[in-house]
Amino acid sequence: MTEKIITGNQAVAQGVRLSRAQVVSAYPITPQTTVMETLAEMWAGGEFGGDFVAVESEYSALGYCVGAAYAGARAFTATSSHGLAYMHELIHWAAGARLPIVMSNANRAIGAPWCIESDQTDSLSQRDTGWLQLYCSSVQEILDSIIMAFRLAETARLPVMVNYDGFYLSHTYEAAAIPEQKEVDLFLPSPPDRPAIDLDAPENRHGLVGSEAMHRLLSVRYQATEAVLAIYEEIYREFALRFGRRWPAVEYAGPPGAQTVLVTAGGMAQTVKSFLSGPGRGEALLRIRLFRPFPADGIRKVLGAPHVARVVVIDRNVSMGVGGIFAQEVKAALQGLPKGPQVSELNVSGGLDLSPDLLARALEAQRPEGEKINWAVNLL
Amino acid sequence: MKNLAAGVPHKEYLFSGHTACPGCSAVLTIRHLTKVLGRKTVFVITASCFSIIAGQPPLRTFDLNVFHCPFPSSAAVGGGLKRGLIAAGDSETQVVVLAGDGGTFDIGLQGLSAAAERNEDIIFICYDNEAYMNTGMQRSSASPFGSQSNTTPAPRIKQNPKKDIMAIIAAHAVPYAATATIAYPRDLLAKVEKAKNIKGFRFFHLMCPCPPGWGIDSDESVELSRLAVETGVFPLYETEDGERITITHRPDSLRPVEDYLLRQRRFSTMTAADRQKVRDFVSRKWRKLLAAAEATI
Ligand SMILES: Cc1ncc(C[n+]2csc(CCOP(=O)(O)OP(=O)(O)O)c2C)c(N)n1
Ligand code: SF4
Repeated sequence: MTEKIITGNQAVAQGVRLSRAQVVSAYPITPQTTVMETLAEMWAGGEFGGDFVAVESEYSALGYCVGAAYAGARAFTATSSHGLAYMHELIHWAAGARLPIVMSNANRAIGAPWCIESDQTDSLSQRDTGWLQLYCSSVQEILDSIIMAFRLAETARLPVMVNYDGFYLSHTYEAAAIPEQKEVDLFLPSPPDRPAIDLDAPENRHGLVGSEAMHRLLSVRYQATEAVLAIYEEIYREFALRFGRRWPAVEYAGPPGAQTVLVTAGGMAQTVKSFLSGPGRGEALLRIRLFRPFPADGIRKVLGAPHVARVVVIDRNVSMGVGGIFAQEVKAALQGLPKGPQVSELNVSGGLDLSPDLLARALEAQRPEGEKINWAVNLL
Repeated sequence: MKNLAAGVPHKEYLFSGHTACPGCSAVLTIRHLTKVLGRKTVFVITASCFSIIAGQPPLRTFDLNVFHCPFPSSAAVGGGLKRGLIAAGDSETQVVVLAGDGGTFDIGLQGLSAAAERNEDIIFICYDNEAYMNTGMQRSSASPFGSQSNTTPAPRIKQNPKKDIMAIIAAHAVPYAATATIAYPRDLLAKVEKAKNIKGFRFFHLMCPCPPGWGIDSDESVELSRLAVETGVFPLYETEDGERITITHRPDSLRPVEDYLLRQRRFSTMTAADRQKVRDFVSRKWRKLLAAAEATI
């Protein structure tokens, strides 16, 4: 193990190298670009042993991964925002075809207008594609998550998207432990050394089916996705044993018996944590790391505790006409509790910085009559 | 009469009983081509008539592995599949992408151009029935001037000429690109054999008359394939490295384009002036091709 000061994007590249990805294909977009540049540099220097393909679009980048995964190879791509949106058709396809592709996504707003600031609506609007989704809160977590994602993808035979905040994490330098290759090899089985295709037993894969077969396939995939909650539990525990770092599906931090719990995902958790460690605060943090499948039981256990009276969900994303997306999912998870907490929303979509000051004001603010959401813009 | 089947391998890789229309020349062409490609072949099939023809899984029409893919993604999926095979230790198996004219000339063109530019080691086959047939016959950029379709209904028949896909592909300086049709099976098979032994990006433009789409009888598709060549509408040639052009079948003189046009209901509303335009267009292109082939020597 060596410790290095690296950016979130470099952490992705390190994770991909250590995971021995066999085919990497990507297309530049801010703030992802340095992921693929770092991988290209490692590839040119012989440090990364896989194949690196600089394609003409994100659509083809994921297309290459789909093809490589058809052959049984370990495939990776990296993107952000408009790139992710442009892949949309293939994002569905990769999940439907049960391909264990891993993709990193640096969360960024989607236009119009053009905006490169951090916003999670890009990946959250891929919510229903069937990809497993992780949200990271530190550079170290990004690196570890890439390695865990390959293990998870290959165990569940489902693709995994590793998300982290554009700029706040993609371009921020933090100290990170870089595991030794041999340690990673013990955690992540070596990539396939023979194709998944049997020339003598041909198949017709992913061709046209009728409604009954489609329905059956969807229900099987639904069960496979639900099963990920247990698989994830096992994988994160093994990872913790081997590497000493714990990345549970939901993370709770704060005093036991806290009456107010702030809920968020991604790098904002770091801000919330340091805010809560300040003098005179008694609130707790619940960070959602695994978004698909949604760890509703884990969330319910924490937020449904009798002492929790108030929940504030902080969303750097928005679903028009509904509100923050994590907030909606949290509310759904709490549905049916006899005496659930009051849930309110703080919205910092568009990449607004969640400053301690803003947090303090949000916790004090009374929402104007008829408003469901505290828009940060009204508190600035 | 010549025995056209002479020299055609007996082994079949396409089962009978598939769901193509009677007289579909596309399926006939692909059936013959697989005979040369052989067992070590994996197909990537994009949205097209072949999405149906390949059969409802787990049933299959191809006795070869087939992977379906989204409509615009075929070249990328093919390139990725080849690289994936190599990464997993198999550098021999041929990856063959199969796309219609829509998947080649239109929605797939960006990925196709990129794969050609990167010289991906795949064979890309465009079977050209000159419209989107799977969705019920709408115009594509491969539809010829003067043709009707459900999106170019008479009297608003197609006004723009067919896109020259071979010129576009050749401009990428790919190792091999060829035109072929089932009416000249030995020419077709020889080209596939040649392509099989070349590394890098290889492209086939196959003219495939389509009985329901073109308004011809199901026993006329091979004849129409031949007429397309004999009238100069679809010359048989190959280009290597984007430079060397060889005409592989050279009619002594071109038959009048009317012999081809008047046989098809899709051209039934063309005027004599329209046909004159086609005649001029065809002879100009033929002369250009002859000159290019001449310049090669
Ligand atoms: C993104 C997308 N748009 C539209 C379709 C619907 N679609 C399926 S096949 C097809 C036309 C195919 O035409 P072509 O490539 O010429 O092949 P053919 O059907 O003639 O064999 C269309 C429009 C699709 N599958 N995907
Ligand atoms: S519509 Fe034309 S190309 Fe498609 S299966 Fe029928 S004959 Fe063949």
